[in-house]
Amino acid sequence: MRWLAEVHVRLRPGIADPEGQTIAGGLRSLGFDEVHEVHAGKLLRIAFEADDQAAADAALESMCRRLLANPVMETADWELRAAGETAGRVGS
Amino acid sequence: MSRAPRVAVAVFPGTWSERDFLHAASVLGWDARPVWHTEGELGNVDAVVLPGGFAHGDHLRTGAIARFSPVMHAVEAFADAGGPVLGSCNGFQILCEAGMLPGVLLRNDHLQFRCDWQTLRVEHPAGAWLGDLSDGETIRLPISHGEGRYHADEATLDDLERTGLVVLRYADAAGAVTPEANPNGSLRSIAGIVNPRGNVLGLMPHPERAAETEVGGTDGLRILASLERWLVAQPAAPERRL
Repeated sequence: MRWLAEVHVRLRPGIADPEGQTIAGGLRSLGFDEVHEVHAGKLLRIAFEADDQAAADAALESMCRRLLANPVMETADWELRAAGETAGRVGS
Repeated sequence: MSRAPRVAVAVFPGTWSERDFLHAASVLGWDARPVWHTEGELGNVDAVVLPGGFAHGDHLRTGAIARFSPVMHAVEAFADAGGPVLGSCNGFQILCEAGMLPGVLLRNDHLQFRCDWQTLRVEHPAGAWLGDLSDGETIRLPISHGEGRYHADEATLDDLERTGLVVLRYADAAGAVTPEANPNGSLRSIAGIVNPRGNVLGLMPHPERAAETEVGGTDGLRILASLERWLVAQPAAPERRL
C-alpha cells in the first residue's frame, strides 16, 4: 500500500544555526519583537510503498540513517500516514 | 623516479576545480586524468584527487549524493589499501560524508560565500600530502566556499588534536590562530585534517589554485609535490611503487 511521510531533518541541539538566527533577525526587524528563536531545517515529503505501518517506519528509519540525515550534525523524525488518510502519526 | 605519478581526478556533475587540478598536475609533469563519477574502477593509479565544486548540486547536503557514486566505492577501497587521497573543498565534504574522515562541513557562520586568499598554519605535516612542509610554518592558499565550517563533537575534536591529525588551521598573517582569522566559524579553526594513516587529506582551501607564481603563489604546488617523495618512500604496494 502507498504511504506518505513528512520527514523533518533538524540540526542537533547546540550546533550553531546561522540561517535560523538570520531569519529570526529578519522577523524582529519586521516588528516581531516577541520572537525568541528560529531554527531552520529541511522538510522532505516522501511517497512510497510498504506492506504495513511497521514496514513503512522501518523503511523511513533506514532512509534517514543511510542518506537523509547525517548523524554527526542532524536528527530526523517523521509524520507518516497511509495515502488517503488525513491524520498522521509521528515517528522518529 | 622512473616515471611520473599517475593521478586520477574524480569528476562529479557539478565539480568545478578538476581542470585546475589537471593544470597543476601538468605543471608538476604528472600523468593525471579525469575519472567520471560513474566509473567503478580507478585503473592503475598512484593517487586520487577529489576536487572542489558542487557535486550533484550539493543537494540534501554537500557530498551526500556523491558519496554513493561508483567512483567513491573505488576511492574508498583505494584509501583502505593505503593509497593517497586528497579531497579539497567539496572533495573534503565528500570524504566526511563518506566517513573516510570524521566530522562535517556546515554553512559558514556568516552565511556568505567566501572567496579569498587565506593564511594557514601547518601542524604535524606528515603523511602523503604534507611531507615537504614544516611544522608551524604558515602558507597561503585560496579558499572558495559557502559551507566550510568544520564541525565534530568535542570528543572527536579532542581526539583529532591529541593524535596530531589536525594539519591545517586558519591563521592570521603572523601565523597566529585567532577567531578573527577564522573565515567560516570552523571549530578550533580547523582547515584540514588527515586520517590516522596519513594517506587521506581533507582540506577546505584549494592547493591546485596556488600552483604558479603568476596566480599568486606556489604553496599549493608544494602540497601536491609532497606526494612524489612519499610515493618513492613507500615500501609496500609494489604495484604502486614508482
